[in-house]
This record gives sequence, structure tokens and C-alpha cells, in this order.
Amino acid sequence: MFPSRFRYEAPSSLSEAVALLASHDDSKVLAGGQSLIPMMKLRFASPALLVDINNIPDLDQHDAQPDGGYRIGALVRHADLEKSTTLGEHQPTIAAAASLIADPIVRTRGTFVGSLCHADPQGDWASCMVALGGSIVAHGPNGRRTIPVDDFVAGPFQTVLASDEIAVEAVIPAANGSRKGGYLKLERRVGDFATAGVAVALEMSGSTVTNAGIGLTGVGSSTINAREAAAAIVGSPLGDDAINSAAEAAAAASSPRSDHRGSADYKRHVVATFVRRLLAQHQPTEAEVA
Amino acid sequence: MALDEVKIGGLGASRRRVEDNRFIRGKGNYVDDIVLPGMLHMEILRSPLAHARIASIDVSGAWAVPGVRLVLTGEMMAARNLAWMPTLSYDTQAVLATDKVRFQGQEVACVIADDPYIAKDGCEAIVVEYEPLPPIVNPQQAMAVDAPLIRDDKVNQADNKIFDWEVGDKDGTDRAFAQADVVSEIEMHYPRSHPSPIEACGSIADFDRSTSKLTVYMTTQAPHIIRAAVSLVAEIPEHMIRIISPDLGGGFGNKVPVYPGYVMSILASILTERPVKWIEDKSGNLISTGFGRDVYLKGQVAMRNDGKILGVRMHTDSDHGAFFSDAQPSKFKIGLMHSAFACYDVPTAHLTATGVYTNKAPGGVAYRCSFRVTEAMFFQERMICAAADDLGMDQAEFRRVNLVRDDDFPKRTPFGFLTDSGQYEKCLDIGLEAIGYADFKQEQEEARKRGRLLGIGISTMTEPLGAGNSREYDILGIKMFDSAELRIHMTGKAILRTGAKTQGQGHETTWAQIVAHELGIPADDIVVEEGDTDTAPFGMGTYASRSTPVAGAAVAMVSRKIRAKARKIAAHLLEASEEDVEWELGRFYVRGAQDRGVSIQECAMAAYSNVPDGMEPGLENNAYYDPPNLTWPFACYIAKVEVDPETGVWDVLHMVAVDDCGVRINPMIVEGQIMGGLTEAYAMANMQFITFDEDGNCIGSNYMDYLLPTAWETPGFELHEVVTPCPHHPIGAKGIGECATVGGPAAFVNAVMDALKHTGVRNIDMPLLPDRVHDALTTGNDVSGMPPVKTEA
Repeated sequence: MFPSRFRYEAPSSLSEAVALLASHDDSKVLAGGQSLIPMMKLRFASPALLVDINNIPDLDQHDAQPDGGYRIGALVRHADLEKSTTLGEHQPTIAAAASLIADPIVRTRGTFVGSLCHADPQGDWASCMVALGGSIVAHGPNGRRTIPVDDFVAGPFQTVLASDEIAVEAVIPAANGSRKGGYLKLERRVGDFATAGVAVALEMSGSTVTNAGIGLTGVGSSTINAREAAAAIVGSPLGDDAINSAAEAAAAASSPRSDHRGSADYKRHVVATFVRRLLAQHQPTEAEVA
Repeated sequence: MALDEVKIGGLGASRRRVEDNRFIRGKGNYVDDIVLPGMLHMEILRSPLAHARIASIDVSGAWAVPGVRLVLTGEMMAARNLAWMPTLSYDTQAVLATDKVRFQGQEVACVIADDPYIAKDGCEAIVVEYEPLPPIVNPQQAMAVDAPLIRDDKVNQADNKIFDWEVGDKDGTDRAFAQADVVSEIEMHYPRSHPSPIEACGSIADFDRSTSKLTVYMTTQAPHIIRAAVSLVAEIPEHMIRIISPDLGGGFGNKVPVYPGYVMSILASILTERPVKWIEDKSGNLISTGFGRDVYLKGQVAMRNDGKILGVRMHTDSDHGAFFSDAQPSKFKIGLMHSAFACYDVPTAHLTATGVYTNKAPGGVAYRCSFRVTEAMFFQERMICAAADDLGMDQAEFRRVNLVRDDDFPKRTPFGFLTDSGQYEKCLDIGLEAIGYADFKQEQEEARKRGRLLGIGISTMTEPLGAGNSREYDILGIKMFDSAELRIHMTGKAILRTGAKTQGQGHETTWAQIVAHELGIPADDIVVEEGDTDTAPFGMGTYASRSTPVAGAAVAMVSRKIRAKARKIAAHLLEASEEDVEWELGRFYVRGAQDRGVSIQECAMAAYSNVPDGMEPGLENNAYYDPPNLTWPFACYIAKVEVDPETGVWDVLHMVAVDDCGVRINPMIVEGQIMGGLTEAYAMANMQFITFDEDGNCIGSNYMDYLLPTAWETPGFELHEVVTPCPHHPIGAKGIGECATVGGPAAFVNAVMDALKHTGVRNIDMPLLPDRVHDALTTGNDVSGMPPVKTEA
């Protein structure tokens, strides 16, 4: 690869990293590099300074918090999540998506938080975070702030992070009841972006849905929070009618473009199908209904 | 006692590939690994537009970048009469655009600099002003009366048509159709794909002013053709040109043509008097170099009610891009499309073909294919599938009725080829048995009741591999034969060189096995070298599955010449008359006294130390082999699939391949070839294609959009074999490298169409993407894959 000329720094502390970012207008944080490096290769991105955060300690952990929430550090790789034996019991939506991110090579280096910061409307993690109502913690010259994921993205490939801020972790709040959910992605091949993807996060008390989130991947100019679809299933056990309403509402909330991955109508149809499939997994059995 | 052939690595030994030793250690030597003293680096600036007039090119910015040594434009090339070059199909192709650009990705300028970063910076500093012209993205649009003229550079070119070509018996075919009970018709598109070798194209040109010798390290499958072409284009005497094709990271037909980058690196080296390296990037390779396929078919089959085929009509419209630079035997405009229906007893057939220019990359290479045979066999098997359905006849039974029988050989095909051997029905039976065909109909019916869609698709075909013979096959008049040169050293070790050029096929392993078979010299004692025109004998290179049929035959023939001389030496050493000397693997002995013998190694030593009076010393020879016919491998591929009715996604449940490629030299390598071919077949059926939007933008210019299947998607394959030796090949072998790529796609497509049969859908163009399958399922209509044309808003 032959990118434009750039300066490279690999600081060993967050404060150093923030200072470096502040020193240059045109700087970029390098974590896993799985989106940034290909863009530099194609010279779509030509940052003057790369600040590599891989030497900064304590960013590579993901764990359940005492308050029931979940924290994912900025250097947690997709593969760390994929291979975790405990993630599934806490975060079934994240666990379901982990093995569907890109391909095994990208998963080994790419990071969860880096993917959120890339703000690609076709990013799978953003849909999961939207469904889960998560936030991003940013570290800047004046300390830390927490940004809800719905406010985090300013547009395609743009976030509200200041040029001297680093996203240091993603946080998922505690569930009201037990957490259920999943992720489905239609891709033409492993490693392809989603033709359409659906993240479902449920909080359940017994068989009743107490809270729900549905995030849609690749079917709009940004990640879509299908609020009406989620609202359609809250407050009662998952019945066929509620599931159908949610599926239709999710399809209506999406605004896909026709392209080489499929027509807009087809993508809407896939969204509805995936919402149905994901929710059907959590329908109470006949025994439970009785 | 004769040697154990498998132990010495002869025929039938699944010998490990000797070349892998260096490849898996990272010690291969590819063009980009070669570094010459003082070497400069070249980068190409490509057109962002598909069709536009070039108003101006300002290269001053590039010259201002420190480290830039040379900037070339079309104007500078034209001043040296190098702006255009001849193609392998008697057309011309722009090296650097002068008047206008004719496809997205066309070479517009190039920068030569101290390193590749600077060269790229230099390209970014060039300012080109384009005046956009309407782009043409498919043949129908190209042939419209008011279509803009793409090749306005050509005198007497009034429209976008390249050729009309026909073969077969029109009147006979018309009569056959008049007598038919049923006529089946189908239309389809075999989409544009790209061979996409992992290593893109590249070259290092090194012109030495002091000796006037030009050495070019180049990613080429056919070094000797390149030497001839460079000699003609650059007007450098042929003996002053040395083409070296080092290790190649795949070719698949992509590395047969001459590309502008090669020509520019040569000129740049002559002008700078320094070595100039050009290494194409992946996007450059995908958008500008030789593609495969892109042919539209209208097919008709005339039948009797009992299933007997009476005649076949085919018309093809082929999209060749902006320049007709197909790499194929020159007299056949649409390659060997007329090899279609060779495995069926079809009394008469007629093919018409029209080729057109469009605003797309040129190339039309034989992508893992013997010159359009992939399209021919795909069309054939899709037509057969539709014909059986239209007749209401079982797919296997319909084939059984029409396949050529074992005792019919030699058999003239409907378009005039001569097939010579095979056991077609046996292959079909093995395949049907393996897939569980007898029970499938019931399984399919029961699954459908539960909402599951299952389908089975069959593809049976024989294809012509191994061009020449030289009577019929030439490229620009260069006859298609091949060669081998064998030198046995005095200790019985040997070096073999051929005119072929391995690019992953394993020649270093298999050629040695042929020598081992013929001479009893252990394969490990033979080194194989190819690709250097100063040392290798003249040959036409490796593509179209021609290596084993042609160069491999030459290897056997030169070994036999060596054996003939060794026999004379043996007679001398054994003090017997030559007539009394018998051969068994590895040694000569005196008839009736088997323990009185000499080994081939002892003969080799004597060739350099103790030859009989009057005999030339030494033990080396060469052979030029002009095959009497093509070889005709047969294959039966059967796929069983399940289609998800909700999403249109389909999965392969079982895939069976029965291949008859004659005698197998190295069964392991043959199986690898088949699996690789089936993977590419699956890719084309499922995901892999290059299409264009209405502006002529290439959708498929990187591996994000141009999908190559990975181990994750690729299904498992169950392989079976039948061996019918080729009657004319010295060791009975037939080509195999491409059978699965050629015959495989139809098996997958036919399987999906079988699963969708209840909807009345007759065709979905490849690739069978989920949205296309879903579209067909929900509408009941055929789905076209033709690139969309721009309409006025």
C-alpha cells in the first residue's frame, strides 16, 4: 500500500495521546486500523498524523459492571468478544453479532469501539448499541464525558467526537429483568457489509417484554433506531400479532437504497423477516402460555 | 528388476508438490520480489470516466514532485508510434489515451519515480480535463442505431459492431426445426467476471544501452508470445529481448495478453536507461485487465416427443469492451463457443455470433477456460435443462437419451469437432448414484409440503482442451504447439525445460513424474525450469488447459528420444545387439538374461564417458509436439441445494463431481484442480461478477465488491473418477485444469431452478444473488442481470 505521507506516534498514556491529537488539526486515532488503513491505502483518507493507542494500558478489557451494566474498552478486538465464554450470558445481542463482523482476519485486529467511531451506516456494532441503548465514553483535555449512542453519530462516517477526544470505552446499561436478544445479518459472503442487518435487544420479566430495542444495519444513511417497532412488543409476552407489527414497523423505519446488494424492497423485506425470526426465538412456548 | 513406479514418483503418484517447499516458506520469487540496482517505480493514472474526450492533460504538477524522473502521456507515446498497440485479435488497443478515454480505469498517463509513493504522489498532481460522452454499458445499447461511436479512431468503423461470425449448417438446422415436435427456447446472460489472480500484473523492464539487450521480468503465462509481440511493437530484434516470467501468483488467463503497463515500463526503461518496475494494484487489475465471459445467449433446441434432440440454434451477443483484445486462436471470433453440445448426439446445429464494443475494459481472456468454452458449456447445460423441463422429461433421462454412446467414437460434433473417447453414461450413473437421485423426487416433494425448497441440478459436458493442433489453431499466425528440452547429466540427474509456464498448476512436480514414467529416473532427480525465453524452448505458454495435452506430451516424447539413444548405449555396454535389448522401468537388459542389465543412470554416465564409436556424446534432446487433436475430458457435476423461500439465500447440501480426464499423472494435483475449479464455479453461480452502473462505473473494482468465496462459504465437494485414456496423447492424459470451472456453474444454477420449478421461472442470470432468487420466487418472472442503461430523467 502506498498512502500519502503521514507522521506516526504511539504514545503510552491517554494524556499524551490527547495532547498529540490536539497538536495537529488533521490527526486520526489508530486502534485496529481495519477501516482506516484501507481508506489510507486508497487515499480516501490522508491524515497528517496517526496516533496509535495500542500501547495505552487498560483499554483491552470487557466486563460486567457491579451495577449490571457492561463495559467494552477501546482496544477490545472483535475476536475477543467472539471468543469470550461469558459474554453471551450478559450480552446475547453482542455475542450473536461478534462472529458476523467482517471476516476472521479483520476480527483479530479490528476493535468494537473503533467500529463505532468509524460511523459507517453499514457497521454492525452500531445497530447492537442502538438496540441496547448504550453510550460511548470520550476522553479529552477536560476529562471524560458520556455520549448516548443515538447522539454519537453526526452523519455517515462522522461522529460528535472533538478532534482531541478519544473514545475509550463503550457502555451498555443494566437490564430491567433478564437480557435476551440476537443479531441477524444477510451478507453475500463472509466479510461483506450487510445487505441488511437487524439487532434485537429485549429485557424480559418472565415472558413479558419490559424494554426493547431494535437497530437496523445497512438500510439507511445511518444506523436506524426502529423505535416504533420496539414499542410494538413492549408490555406483554411476544405474540404473533405483536411480532408482525414490529416487523412491519421496522421495515417501514428502514430507508434502503437499491444497489448491487439488492433492491430497496428486498432489503425492507429482509428486515421484516429478520425481526420476525429474532423475536420468534423468544416467544413463550405453549407450556409457558398455559 | 523394474522399479516401483509410484516409489520413484512416476505416473499415478500423489507426489507432494516440490514448488510448495519454497512457497510455504515465503521463498517464492515473484516479480515484486525482484530488486535491481538503480530501479525506478512506475504508477499509472487511470480514467475516472467510462467515456470522455480528453480536453487537456497538465503534467507540470507531477514534474514538480521531488523524485519524479519521467512522466509519460499519450502524446509522448504517439510521438514514438507507441500510443496504440496491436491486440491478439487483430484489433488495436490504446497504450495511453490520446483522443478520448473509452472505459473507466483506462490508462491516461504514468509517472516514473524513485519510489512507488512518489510515483503515486506524481499521479495525484496530474490534472486532466475531461469532456464526458454518453457511456455504453451493454451490447443492446451498443447496437442501437443512434449509439455514440466508441471507436472513432478506426477508419471505416461506422458503428460499434466488431464482428458477425457463424458456424454450422443453417439450412440443415432449419430443416431439423421444421420437423420438431417441441422447440425449447431460452435467453440468458453469462455475466462479466474477472480471473483475479491474487498476484496482480507487473513487470520490471531493464534495457541495457551497452548491450542493446532488453530484459523484462513479467507476470506472463506465455513468455515466448510476449517476446514476439514486444519485438514487433517495440521494433527490438527478437534475440535482444529476454522475457523472464518468474514465480506467478496465479494467472487463470489474466496473464496472457499484453497490457499497456508492460509497454510503458519498457519505454520508460529505454528512456531513463534504468530498470523500471511496475506493480499493478488490485483495483487496477480488476478494472483494466482481461476479463472473462460477458456473453448473451438466445438458444433454441428442437426435439422429438421422445426426447431426441434434432437440432440446436444459438445466437450470442458478446461484449468485448472498448478494444477487441480477446486472447484466443485468431480465426475463431467467439472462441470455441461452437464446442457446445459436443457430448450430445445432435445431428445439426447453427451458431451465429455478434461481437460489439462497449465502454468497458477490454480483454475477453480465457478465464480458466479453453476460449469461451465456459460460456458454451454453461449455455448448453442451461438449454438442456430448459429443454427437458419443456418436454416434461426427467433431467437425467433426457441426458441419457442424447449423450454420445461409448461405441460411437470417433464422433463428429454438430459444429465439426471430432471427439474421440469417453464413457459418458457411466459418469452420469456414478454421479446420480452418489447424489441419491433415485430417492430425490420424493424427498423434494415432502420437503415442499413443509415449505422447504430443494433442487438438484445436473451438468454433463465434454470440452476441447489443449490447443493446437497447429493446422487449426494459431494466435496471430503463431501456430499452437509446444516443446520440451531434456538434459540428462552424467550422474543420471536431469534438467527439463518446457515452453509452458506454470502459475500454480504444479509443472515442477508433474513434468518430472512424466520423465520418471518414461525413463525410470526418480522424479526427485529432475529439476524443471520454465519461463525464461533465453533458456526455455519456444512454446505457447500455459492457458486453456493445454499444458498436459501439449507440453506434457512433448515431455513424454523427448523422454522417449532420450530412451532411444540410451538403448544404443546400453547395447554397447551390454555387448548385445540393440534388437536384443529390452526395457523395463529404469533399466535395459538382455532378452532372455534379465539379470544382465544396465540402469538408465549407467547409460547416462556412459553417454559422457564411454559412447560407442561413431555416436555423439551426451544425453540430451528436445521435442516439439503438435497434437493430432484436442483432448476431450468428460465431467458430470451434480449439485443439491436448498433455497430459503423467505430470503432467497441458497445453500449447497451436496455436490458430486465425476471427472474423466484420462490417465492422472498426479491424482492429488488433479483433485486440487477439480476442487479449485468447483470453487470458482460456485463463485460464479453464487456471487462473483463485475457489473457496471448506467454511467459505466465498474462495480467490482475491489475485493469488497468483487466477491471471491472463502473457505467459509465454499461447500464441500465429493469427487469420483472414471479413466478413459486419451487415444492420441502419449501417456493417455487429457486436460483437467478447467473442467470444473467450465461445467460446474450450470449444475448449481440448474439446481436452484429445479427448486423454483413450481413457480414457472425459467431463468435467473448469474450470479444467483439472494435478491434475484427472491425476486423470481415472488414474481414468478425470469430475472435478467443485464447492466442498466441510463435513461433521460
